[in-house]
Amino acid sequence: MIPRKVHIALKPSPHIHSGQDVVVIMRNVVLALLPLNLWFVWQFGLSAIVHTLGVLLSCLLTERIWAWAAGKPNPLGDWSATITGLLLALTVPPSLPLWMGAVGGIVAIALGKAFFGGLGFNVFNPALVGRAFIQAAFPVAVNTWPPAWWEGRFAAFYPTTFTAPFMSPPDLGAWLASAVDAVSGATPLARMKFAHDQQSALDLWVFADASNVTGPPALLILLCGLYLAFRRMLDWRIPLSVMASAAVFSAIFWLLDPGRHPDPLFVLASGGLMLGAWFMATDMVGSPVTPAGAVLYGILIGVVTVVIRLFGGMAEGVMYAILLGNAATPLIERITQPRPFGSEGGRRS
Amino acid sequence: MGLMSLFGRTFRHGIHPPQNKDATAGVPIRRLAFPPRLIVHLDQFIGRPAKPVVRKGQEVVRGQPIAEPNGFMSVPLFAPATGRVRDIRLMPSARGPRSMAIVIDVHEASSQRVRWARPPNDLEEMDRDALIRAIQNTGLTGLGGAAFPMHVKYASPPGDDTLPDTLVVNGAECEPWLTADHRVMLEQPEELLRGIRYALRASGAKRAIVGIEDNKRDAAEVLRGRLEPDDPIRVELVETKYPQGAEKMLIYALLGRRVPAGGLPRQVGVVVSNAGTLAQLGHLLPRGEGLIERVVTVAGPGVERPGNYRVPIGTPARFILEEAGLRTENAEIIFGGPMMGLDVPELDVPVTMGTSGVLVREDTGSERRIWPCIKCARCVDACPMFLNPSVLGQLALARRYEEMRERYNLLDCFECGCCTYVCPSNIPLVQHFRIAKAINRERAQAE
Repeated sequence: MIPRKVHIALKPSPHIHSGQDVVVIMRNVVLALLPLNLWFVWQFGLSAIVHTLGVLLSCLLTERIWAWAAGKPNPLGDWSATITGLLLALTVPPSLPLWMGAVGGIVAIALGKAFFGGLGFNVFNPALVGRAFIQAAFPVAVNTWPPAWWEGRFAAFYPTTFTAPFMSPPDLGAWLASAVDAVSGATPLARMKFAHDQQSALDLWVFADASNVTGPPALLILLCGLYLAFRRMLDWRIPLSVMASAAVFSAIFWLLDPGRHPDPLFVLASGGLMLGAWFMATDMVGSPVTPAGAVLYGILIGVVTVVIRLFGGMAEGVMYAILLGNAATPLIERITQPRPFGSEGGRRS
Repeated sequence: MGLMSLFGRTFRHGIHPPQNKDATAGVPIRRLAFPPRLIVHLDQFIGRPAKPVVRKGQEVVRGQPIAEPNGFMSVPLFAPATGRVRDIRLMPSARGPRSMAIVIDVHEASSQRVRWARPPNDLEEMDRDALIRAIQNTGLTGLGGAAFPMHVKYASPPGDDTLPDTLVVNGAECEPWLTADHRVMLEQPEELLRGIRYALRASGAKRAIVGIEDNKRDAAEVLRGRLEPDDPIRVELVETKYPQGAEKMLIYALLGRRVPAGGLPRQVGVVVSNAGTLAQLGHLLPRGEGLIERVVTVAGPGVERPGNYRVPIGTPARFILEEAGLRTENAEIIFGGPMMGLDVPELDVPVTMGTSGVLVREDTGSERRIWPCIKCARCVDACPMFLNPSVLGQLALARRYEEMRERYNLLDCFECGCCTYVCPSNIPLVQHFRIAKAINRERAQAE
């Protein structure tokens, strides 16, 4: 039997779809980031909670208001601004004054993404644009990490958290020394670089005993990244080539002078390398679409990171390495276009 | 071939869409009653349209020639049922524009018996040329979907007397939902093997390799069990992956040979024929009959009684769906598979030689939201032709069609749809590419 009146739809092929759309991918990235943000909160306490929420809110509001002013539909449903917020919060100290975090969020979304045309058009990773701005504008606040795991972390805020905008924050170091009997710290990377004092790499990987750290342990980041890789939500070629090239390149210097240079395991686990490799370099929009290009891009980031860390004026280099990688992406894509099937000519076997 | 055989024979890239073959793969092929009217398009194959040899009002019997080939790149057509020629006029077709068709009013008493045949008595002695002519006289074209005249593939192109060394028999049937070739391989293995032997003689190839996706192991076993000891025929399983049945992909999977971009299988010593087509050849050639019916998979969520039906060429979709049951008032009717098939614009469009499936889906009216390209590279990793659909899609939006062709190899795209299937931004990439190709063609003609 056939219904008397049948309406016929006409659509172009293919008529089926994998069902995985932008929202599904972005939601999975958020899911993979949540354990890291939760760990961050557990490490640093109350201030980390308001810090994370503050940065996130600033990103979401900027995204929403920009779309409203531009007369575009609400873009928050694609979750991309949430990812930017969660990532940005992880890359700066939880003691960062709230207003500085908010400025970072605004810059990340407005300058990093909306100016270029929004989702899909940004050249640089928005979270890193925000991070770079904070680094340039508030160098002291962003380089002072409070110790993790101090006992009163869920009872009190860092005095810097609620600093009024455009005021210098109180001296975190002095407060820490008197209030929690701890030392504010140079990061493990800075100590390595400037004092040649290498923290145990194992500490950084699994966090057995480290109080002086800058975020979730490398192993946790790796696991969250692997989750995305196995769900095929990120291009595994990128983190793998970042890690491999950073390890191999730093191993050369370590073998030449082990007393002066860090070993590869330390290099991989310290600073933002793991987070950068799995969650920032992999930002789809700013990384090459070609398979060979993804590898080249990863190698570039790994090598530049090590070069900055070993020979630059700064302890940490992942951020600039990735921004450089983003900038090089169009060029990398141009020289790594895939060769069409059969364009080689002749027989293979 | 090294590593390739370790992981099973296959090609690189491609996708794994849900198969959805269970509803029809286990059910024997059935016949339907004759529809009251048949619409036989003169241009339903690639090549020059056939020329009618009947007049309006003329009585025709089942199997009788009703159109003759218009040159070598053409085939004859046959009356699929006994009846009267109602008219020869423009009729709707699956491809969109109306085109000339012979419309036959079927006599109610018409039986399944074929009333017209010219069995050849010297089939076993025929040389290549005679065999190729005999194949042309069956009116067979590629039943897998392309409808390319079968005999043309087997003939040596003018000025080229090299012979292919291998006949690849395409039993991949990689499109989801479709099971027509699967059923034919199971139910007509003798005819298929006979068809392969004729095709080997006609093409001059020394051996044949049947490539079957490993979701049809039963078909491979049935065929292997029927092989004669001296048959130069091998049956190989290939990975179940779309588009395994694309000519170039299957040749690579089975032989590791890459057909040159823009080239033909013959350039790597191969001819490819579809398994269902060869089974028809094995059936028709010794009887001296012409192509009058084919097996069509009727399936999809909108069909009440899915199955494989053997229907006369020219049967309107409306009749098939009346018999198989249409569940919805908002239907999307696909001729072919869900990846490369065409939506038909109306119910009165008839099944042609190339129609492997009639699939019906409910059209919910909801459109998938389209986002800008996020450069996730899934399309690049899916494209079996190793193109860059991401860049092509962005160039299409910027209307830089020449650049797509000149720098990004647009013409190597055979519109398999993998890129669009995986695109998380729901960008209709294949449709962009079709439009770009059409515009480039028109610009080239204008110059």
